[in-house]
Amino acid sequence: MGASQSGREHKFQDLADKTGFSIEQIKNLHSRFKYLTQDEDTLRREHLENVSNLSINPIRRQIIEAFFDERNLGGHEKGCLQEIGFEEFVTVLAFFRPPKPRIPDEEVKIIRKEKLRFLFNMHDTDNDGVITLEEYRRVVEELLSSYETIGAETAKAISDGAMLEVASVTVGQMAPDEFYEGITFEQFMQILQNLEIETKMNIHFWNLDKTTMKCGK
Amino acid sequence: MASSVHLCLLRAVFLVCFFNPLIKGLNGDEGVIQNPHHHLHENITGLPIVTFKWHHVETPYLVVLWVFVAGLAKLSVIKLSHRVTSVLPESGLLIILGFILGGIVWGADKAQTFKLLPPTFFFYLLPQIILDASYFMPNKLFFSNLGAILIYAIFGTCWNAATVGLSLWGCYEAGAMGNLDISLLQFLLFGSLIAAVDPVAVIAVFEEVHVNEVLFILVFGESLLNDGVTVVLYNVFDAFVTLGGPMIDAAEILKGIFTFVVVAFGGSFLGVVFAFLLSLLTRFTKHIQIIEAGFVFVVGYLAYLTAEMLSLSAILSITFCGVCCQKYVNANMDEKSVTTVRHAMKVLANGSETMIFVFLGVTAIDTEIWVWNTGFILLTLIFIFIYRVIGVFLLTWMLNKFRLVPIEVIDQVVMSYGGLRGAVAYGLAAMLDEDSIPEKNLMISTTLIVVYFTVILQGVTMKPLVQWLKVKRAAHSDLKLIEKLNNRAFDHILAAVEDICGRIGDNWWTRGWNRFEENYISWLLMKPKARKNRDYLFSIFHKLNLEDAVKYVSEGERQGSLAFIRSDEAANVDFKKQFGSEFSNYELGIENFSVTSIVKDTIPSVSLNIHGQDRKNAVDDTNAHHLLQQHLYRSRKHHRHKYSRNHFSINQSEDEVQEIFQRTMRSRLESFKSAKMGVNQAKKITKHHKKELTHKMANGHPDGKGHLYGDEVDSAVGSETGIINSTFMRDTYTVGAGIENPVFLPDMDSHSSLPWLMETEAVAPSQRAQRRLPWTPNRLRRLAPMRISTCSTDSFLMADVSLTPEEHEELPQTDYDDMRPVFE
Repeated sequence: MGASQSGREHKFQDLADKTGFSIEQIKNLHSRFKYLTQDEDTLRREHLENVSNLSINPIRRQIIEAFFDERNLGGHEKGCLQEIGFEEFVTVLAFFRPPKPRIPDEEVKIIRKEKLRFLFNMHDTDNDGVITLEEYRRVVEELLSSYETIGAETAKAISDGAMLEVASVTVGQMAPDEFYEGITFEQFMQILQNLEIETKMNIHFWNLDKTTMKCGK
Repeated sequence: MASSVHLCLLRAVFLVCFFNPLIKGLNGDEGVIQNPHHHLHENITGLPIVTFKWHHVETPYLVVLWVFVAGLAKLSVIKLSHRVTSVLPESGLLIILGFILGGIVWGADKAQTFKLLPPTFFFYLLPQIILDASYFMPNKLFFSNLGAILIYAIFGTCWNAATVGLSLWGCYEAGAMGNLDISLLQFLLFGSLIAAVDPVAVIAVFEEVHVNEVLFILVFGESLLNDGVTVVLYNVFDAFVTLGGPMIDAAEILKGIFTFVVVAFGGSFLGVVFAFLLSLLTRFTKHIQIIEAGFVFVVGYLAYLTAEMLSLSAILSITFCGVCCQKYVNANMDEKSVTTVRHAMKVLANGSETMIFVFLGVTAIDTEIWVWNTGFILLTLIFIFIYRVIGVFLLTWMLNKFRLVPIEVIDQVVMSYGGLRGAVAYGLAAMLDEDSIPEKNLMISTTLIVVYFTVILQGVTMKPLVQWLKVKRAAHSDLKLIEKLNNRAFDHILAAVEDICGRIGDNWWTRGWNRFEENYISWLLMKPKARKNRDYLFSIFHKLNLEDAVKYVSEGERQGSLAFIRSDEAANVDFKKQFGSEFSNYELGIENFSVTSIVKDTIPSVSLNIHGQDRKNAVDDTNAHHLLQQHLYRSRKHHRHKYSRNHFSINQSEDEVQEIFQRTMRSRLESFKSAKMGVNQAKKITKHHKKELTHKMANGHPDGKGHLYGDEVDSAVGSETGIINSTFMRDTYTVGAGIENPVFLPDMDSHSSLPWLMETEAVAPSQRAQRRLPWTPNRLRRLAPMRISTCSTDSFLMADVSLTPEEHEELPQTDYDDMRPVFE
């Protein structure tokens, strides 16, 4: 028992080094992980789908997919996993870790790029490196689906409009026989450069504790 | 009371000086013109034709004149050379101009007969500024930073008041100010009135600097709320001063603190209540649309006065009223009323802001109020500055422990430097009781100096400071829609990740509140119809589209014709690929619609680009002009402006609609006739495959500049109009309304879906005329969400392209059947 305990500690330490979380946070996340998976070692989609607050989230599909997307797990492979372990879970969550204060600009840029990449992967469902209109429409439709008053037509129009904005900023004029394939990652970075994603795509991890753990389900 | 106040306030002495001799002179010379009208009855010799009754109108006349002068002052400030305005902030310039005006008044009267009196300021000048600031408050930003703002506003103000008061007292005791008759309590009172950062001054300066949004909302929100706090603090200390030192014990102090809490939160609560009432009220104002805009002002002012009456914080009351009601009011009211409110609000706020600064300047030119005490004044300036800095850094240090995104040091510097004092401080100083505070005039003059110092000096240096420190500026982005979409997605993502982590965080609360708000509050306060259209994203979308439409039309009109120029930054996007797949779902015949119109170059495709590089030759131009002349409706000034107090619209005359209709019909008929020649050609062309054609068409422009504009637009427009027309004609035929030349109609209807007819329709009225389509209201409605989609003239056209598939869907099957024989 003691050996496994220290082994786990060691593993946590590795994870903490890798993701930048503190040991405390890793431990908290681990108990949350165990709670979600009901003490199994791997997390599957249905585990996440069971989270009650998530069920009212219009883009839950994309978010859940993001956890099983291999592109987000550091490797160079593409594709979807059926289940993930704790390490993957933490790796994905690390995208939402707030950056440390007072870090040099280069690091900010890296963090920004990583976060944007995560977002981009979420939109680019077929892994081809381009968010096509089809894909974007689907995103927007899902996003707006919780607003029953906005019909699919409007959602389509909105996504078209947004896509046009992107195109007009990133590409400029196009010859009539060209067609706009979609948003590449470079363009995606370009259009979101003002968003200051590194200050927004963060959630608090530091005061996770047992009492709030219970509320998720 | 109001009139007497105004009398005092707005004694436009320069007018009196210049006019009085005139009046006297007139009196002496001509007996007919009588000055005071009671003379009228005495030496009336006959029926006076004209009488001069200056005293009769004096008060309102002077009020209006002062307002007018203030307006002129603003105008002259704006008109000043750019070099001056880029250095000096507008507020500072207005104060300086006020000095000059005050100098004129003083020179004429040998005494300052004009003063900015506290009641005038607090009752007539301040409320609209606060209401404006709160009504246009970026709500989400405000509430998401509310914690920080409240901490700055409440604790920061208290800190400032206490430290400044105590330090001054300490220095006074140490003998730095010589012989003054000020007690500790009075120092604290002075500290409280000088503590607050003034929203008027801050907005005036920060508006010109464009700092990033978090910094802006912090400074702005703080200045707005701490005004309320400072007034409360002032009242508490004022009560203490009147009570006198010896009477104050621990119980009184506790009571004071309690009062502070009650007044501040009671005022805020009252504001929320009034906001609630106002929102509820606007739910039912549909039938009195013309005055519904007025309710916003009246209820806002009522909130202010009611709070004042209950001795709660009036400023906080009107602030929260404005902040809370905006969403529902904007949703409930008619779009025109919303615009009215916006403009009226800006007029009022800007006007009184101008007046305040001018009057602040005018007030200074008065020998009576100036009492100089170098120690007191200098120390006040120094302490204010120092404690502001310390306070900001201290509070930020505490806040940063809890903030996800810490406030940066640079931002803190700007925040502390942005501690401009303004008219509120002066108003409070002028309200001091002369009996209990013997050094009132010293306090007033110190306050004035502080105001001038901060507004002018700090205002001037603010911009260079912001540039020098490289403060994060507000990022201006053209990508409005996608940004909003991303923000929306973001909210959901963050909430979801919090859910997955099982943490109840900010996003959880925000979402919980949103859901509650949506389900209950909106339900109660919003019209059901408004609730539908209320979605933020949709409204952005809608607004963008409206902007586009306006731009589109004005662009066309600027050209002197309806030529549509292409804007260079606009993109040319081809979604054809996507649509291609959709197209394939439909009948082949339909595809040919666009095809034919793409290819037929023989018929000049209209005027769409007179400006264009594509087709410069004169023939086209002549053609275009000819067409425009023929097809465009020239207004014959048939608008009859019917006067009505309840309705505000130019009634579109029936004739006009009728005429447009007839013209379109005529043109259609003509083009139909001429198109009969083109049957063979059309048939031949229909065999090409669509994509091939697009390609071919591109090659058709050797200069490579055949943008969307040339043919493809025509194709889009052509196919669209064709279908519109066909639907339209069917409609009119069945309905039979307003048909002037019924002879042609049956004939046309039977052919309406022929492709060549469609294609010649592409030659018809010019885009705008098509766009206006007076004929098919139901169609327009259907188009509405689609048509209004996009950002540039080009994208407008793109929207049309994207429309086509839907159009086809809407075509009844019978039309397809009609067509098939033609193509096969």
